[in-house]
Amino acid sequence: MGKIKILISGNEAIAQGAIQAGCNFYAGYPITPQNELIAYMAKNLTQAKGVFIQAESELAAISMVYGASAAGARAMTSSSSPGISLKQEGISYLAGAKLPAVIVNIMRGGPGLGNIAPAQSDYFQATRGGGHGDYQTLVLAPGSVQEAYDLTQTSFDLADKYRLPVMILGDGILGQMMEPVTLSARKIKVLPLKSWALTGCRGRKPNIVKSFFLREGDLEKFNLELQKNYALIRRQEERYEALYLKDAKIILVAYGSMARIAKSALMQLRGLGKKIGLIRPISLWPFPQKPFQLKNKKIKFLVVEMSYGQMLDDVRLAVCGRQKVEFLGRSGGGVLNEEEIIKKVRELVSS
Amino acid sequence: MIERIIIAGSGGQGVMLLGKVLAQGAMLEGKQVTWFPAYGPEVRGGTSHCMVTISDTEIGSPYIAKADVLIILNNPSLEKFKSRLKNKGLLIFDSSLGLIKPSKLMEIIQFPFTEIALKLGNIKVANMVALGSYLSARQVIKPAHILEVFQFLAPAGNLKILEINRAALEEGERL
Repeated sequence: MGKIKILISGNEAIAQGAIQAGCNFYAGYPITPQNELIAYMAKNLTQAKGVFIQAESELAAISMVYGASAAGARAMTSSSSPGISLKQEGISYLAGAKLPAVIVNIMRGGPGLGNIAPAQSDYFQATRGGGHGDYQTLVLAPGSVQEAYDLTQTSFDLADKYRLPVMILGDGILGQMMEPVTLSARKIKVLPLKSWALTGCRGRKPNIVKSFFLREGDLEKFNLELQKNYALIRRQEERYEALYLKDAKIILVAYGSMARIAKSALMQLRGLGKKIGLIRPISLWPFPQKPFQLKNKKIKFLVVEMSYGQMLDDVRLAVCGRQKVEFLGRSGGGVLNEEEIIKKVRELVSS
Repeated sequence: MIERIIIAGSGGQGVMLLGKVLAQGAMLEGKQVTWFPAYGPEVRGGTSHCMVTISDTEIGSPYIAKADVLIILNNPSLEKFKSRLKNKGLLIFDSSLGLIKPSKLMEIIQFPFTEIALKLGNIKVANMVALGSYLSARQVIKPAHILEVFQFLAPAGNLKILEINRAALEEGERL
């Protein structure tokens, strides 16, 4: 495949990226606004000789992913907020068994069954583990359809490299929107060798995949091993985009779809000579620390989210009291527009 | 250049497709483009819509609060979206079910797209007549690029579909 540009939705781009990254097992259960992803997989993964299963429930789907991953597959599932809540038990088990997997959450309004409008209110759930136990998932938040396609491929590599579940965190806008995507020539045919996988033990010692450590001291030892891995990921996998930090007096902080809207507000304000910057975290866990290490105490940060202030906590931790951190957010189907952001920035400039 | 277009009509009139064809044409034109659908539960006889933003530079929100152009194929959609048109914006309207009065607040182009499509032999191409009308009104995208999209989207070997869409587009441009 040469360089081909196609118009495709975020949901489809994630599915296409997964197939090119060698995903050979997908199980999922339909839910708006991510149905195009599962539909694309149903049609195209089977053609790519992968296994597609529309499971009987979200719980079944994540458990199938656990099994496939244990057997060495590049396994994936996807859902939207209420469905991701149902998968939390399985995600905790994946983390506890050190199994790689890619989990996609195209967020919608919550809590409960909520609505189908775009939202970013699952940030806490995604970045704080979500299920029980001391674990993390690596969380990547694409801001465009192209990035959704690219990061999905990266997430399979990261999942295998660090042996943990990786979450792609998008929202209804990203999933539903179509944009031009330049397809890469990448096509993984031979998956990376996984010496720990359950591939049949004739001629070698049996492998064991489990998340159950009953003997005294074993679980603590295992948890310390996980923590060492997480520390390594923190050091190596921070991803972000930073714009105009050098002279910025107010720095917008936003991720995913919200960052696009923040960026257009920023460009309008820059056009008027206002010194505004932007930090767009791409990895939400590990949360990027580097761009927040700024000496000028007069800078103000403005966190903009489709929630009532979740990433806000991570920005406060990263800023660590050096500068003021302000917040602007809407949720439950409300999506901030450029004008609302510009109005808030003007208030901050004059205060 | 940035142009924000809301396309709305009744479910089945092909408003989503109209938007997709337009968006793909914009891509071939080398523009930045986003297409954003209404993906909620829709009802028969109600409205369906999509939003297309075409720009020379990076596009922020694909959601359109105020549109530069409305392409409207039925009356309920006109009621729903007319307040979303910018002052002096362009309204392209299917007048098969009645003309709308001229207004100082907007530029109105209205033709009976559905009747024209019927005369061409397929009511389904009313959307492409409307698209043709947009292409000649705004000249953001070359018709040749839309024809290229038709070729890409039409089922292989089905020249009849290709031909009637081409005829519809050209009819729309002539209006």
